[in-house]
Amino acid sequence: MTVLEQPGRAYHPAPPPAWKPRTEAAPLLPDPEPYRVLGTSAAEKADAGLLRELYGALVTGRRYNEQATTLTKQGRLAVYPSTTGQEACQVAAARALRPQDWLFPSYRDTLAAVARGLDPVQALTLLRGDWHTGYDPAEHRIAPLCTPLATQLPHAVGLARAARLKGDDVVALAMVGDGGTSEGDFHEALNFAAVWRAPVVFLVQNNGFAISVPLAKQTAAPSLAHKAVGYGMPGRLVDGNDAVAAYEVLTEAVEQARGGGGPTLVEAVTYRMDAHTNADDATRYRTDSEVEPWRGHDPIALLEAELTGRGLLDEAGAAAARAAAEEVAAGMRERLHADAELDPMDLFAYVYTEPTQQLRAQESMLRAELEADFQAEEEDAR
Amino acid sequence: MTTTAVAGTAAGRKPATMAQALTRAMRDAMAADPAVHVMGEDVGQLGGVFRITQGLAEEFGEDRCADTPLAEAGILGTAVGMAMYGLRPVVEMQFDAFGYPAFEQLVSHVSRMRNRTRGATPMPLTIRVPYGGGIGGVEHHGDSSEAYYMATPGLHVVTPGTVADAYGLLRAAIASDDPVVFMEPKRLYWSKAGWDPERPEEVPGIGRAVVRRPGTTATLVTYGPSVPVCLEAAEAAREEGWDLEVVDLRSLVPFDEETVTASVRRTGRAVVVHESPGFAGPGGEIAARIGERCFHHLEAPVLRVAGLDIPYPPPMLEKHHLPGVDRVLDAVSRLQWEAEWTEGG
Repeated sequence: MTVLEQPGRAYHPAPPPAWKPRTEAAPLLPDPEPYRVLGTSAAEKADAGLLRELYGALVTGRRYNEQATTLTKQGRLAVYPSTTGQEACQVAAARALRPQDWLFPSYRDTLAAVARGLDPVQALTLLRGDWHTGYDPAEHRIAPLCTPLATQLPHAVGLARAARLKGDDVVALAMVGDGGTSEGDFHEALNFAAVWRAPVVFLVQNNGFAISVPLAKQTAAPSLAHKAVGYGMPGRLVDGNDAVAAYEVLTEAVEQARGGGGPTLVEAVTYRMDAHTNADDATRYRTDSEVEPWRGHDPIALLEAELTGRGLLDEAGAAAARAAAEEVAAGMRERLHADAELDPMDLFAYVYTEPTQQLRAQESMLRAELEADFQAEEEDAR
Repeated sequence: MTTTAVAGTAAGRKPATMAQALTRAMRDAMAADPAVHVMGEDVGQLGGVFRITQGLAEEFGEDRCADTPLAEAGILGTAVGMAMYGLRPVVEMQFDAFGYPAFEQLVSHVSRMRNRTRGATPMPLTIRVPYGGGIGGVEHHGDSSEAYYMATPGLHVVTPGTVADAYGLLRAAIASDDPVVFMEPKRLYWSKAGWDPERPEEVPGIGRAVVRRPGTTATLVTYGPSVPVCLEAAEAAREEGWDLEVVDLRSLVPFDEETVTASVRRTGRAVVVHESPGFAGPGGEIAARIGERCFHHLEAPVLRVAGLDIPYPPPMLEKHHLPGVDRVLDAVSRLQWEAEWTEGG
């Protein structure tokens, strides 16, 4: 019998508890225009030392991209996803972090790792093909370059949470592309980070394309930064070709996370000047007239204009920056033209702490094969 | 192999369930090592839907036994990051089929991180997966998903069939510097045995099978929820003069080829028994290895008794899917390929 059917008792339903939003959305919403410093009056306040430092890193970054692309054409790298045009995002991500912080790069973010101080040859090991990760992540506080999309974002959240639980002053900055924001792990990572108030910064480099698919086919959101609001974290939109703006926004987000203010989603609007990789033909999905306007908004040219306008850079300074970049490129050429030294037995060495019985058997098989090959070569040589 | 528990005595033992032994294993591991963190959906205040994490949040705080948002990829993915920072996460997947959204994290990261980084970044993660049928669960609550995990290099896969193994293997899994998928046979959660939590008996570390019941005429190779089924079948077979040996694998990866091979060489006949579908299932791998290593000792083909090759059935039909005593005995009778049974083999 329901309440209504009980004789002599009227049904007086209680009103539901008053609804109120958990978080005020307004302060979380990104500004409609990407934040810019260069070319505005705000640039005058930017520290001269910082501008010079960013400029040097951008020039080196451009040269690094060119050298890695050339090495790919020469067959020295298996593949290289270029960040030409995106150097400001890469440099700003690295510079916003303190030494104790962690960087979680995607496969396109080797330049960010190099800008953080990683040896270019170690950064390029994955793309060269001699091993998956060429460095000790804990030593450099750089997670392995992540090839699946967005799966490194929950790692950044977990690491940041672990650091906080241990009482360590550590922030994790995780990088992802516009295509990666469509993946489920993007959603889960942002949700976990916001619920845990983990000290994490998510940097989306919106470079216009997920291989060939443009942003309009990737999302219906007003901007990728808008996605932050649904998780209860602030979203920031920044000009990804403006190194100073990107540095300021990321530094603010990193320090807010460090201070217990929780995660931030930063969308850097930039453009992928090159094809996805050397295996991609960008002319099949975009025209020169589409690319052209971005040439006028080049990250190096933007900063150069500011520096020369303020009298902070002359031809000698520019030449010095180019010479430093050339030195990095020469080092890459010299070391990557040498053949990699590989030990096939390494295939079995790191699967488990102790190889299983089955792996030991396969190890013996491969060793016998190699010895037979070696002996055949010796006999041929005689 | 290291042992993970001290030797116990028969005195002071009380009946304990497998569920209690698992809880105790996590509690002892957390008390012994502050790096051990339990996490998952409902594991905190509720103590898990099966109450396996009961009391851990109260004793160690909600940071050490943490309720997470409901998202398996997120649970496992954040655990990867925690392990990268030196913690030893123990994550719960709640039900076998709920773990599938976390497959990418498991396959692309958990299993490969040590290898990818040339040993620099170990993954001391334990992934608890309550698995298998027989409890009347609806769809997605009865899968036996071990074959997927076994097919992924870099993972250990273990599954206890007894109360003592539940404790010992879970302690070993949490202590391991490699990721361990810890398959918990749901329908054995409430199985009981005389067991003293203060003096748990000795259990070898991960990678060792055990002869649960010695015998001479054929070997039943099995694990997890099928262990009691095989022991019962062995008892029933005795009445007909068949003396069956039962090997409990305990660890599917690494696979203890020595114990299995030695047993089958002694008995000359083998049946592999498990709940998961037989086609491309664990039994195929095990039967192939027995074939490779015991061919000249075999008196009959190696047979498999497995779940049907169907999506896990609705609970009212699961009894037809799950391999029971009769199906095992049927297979044993088919082992009389060329020779009649002789007493004592």
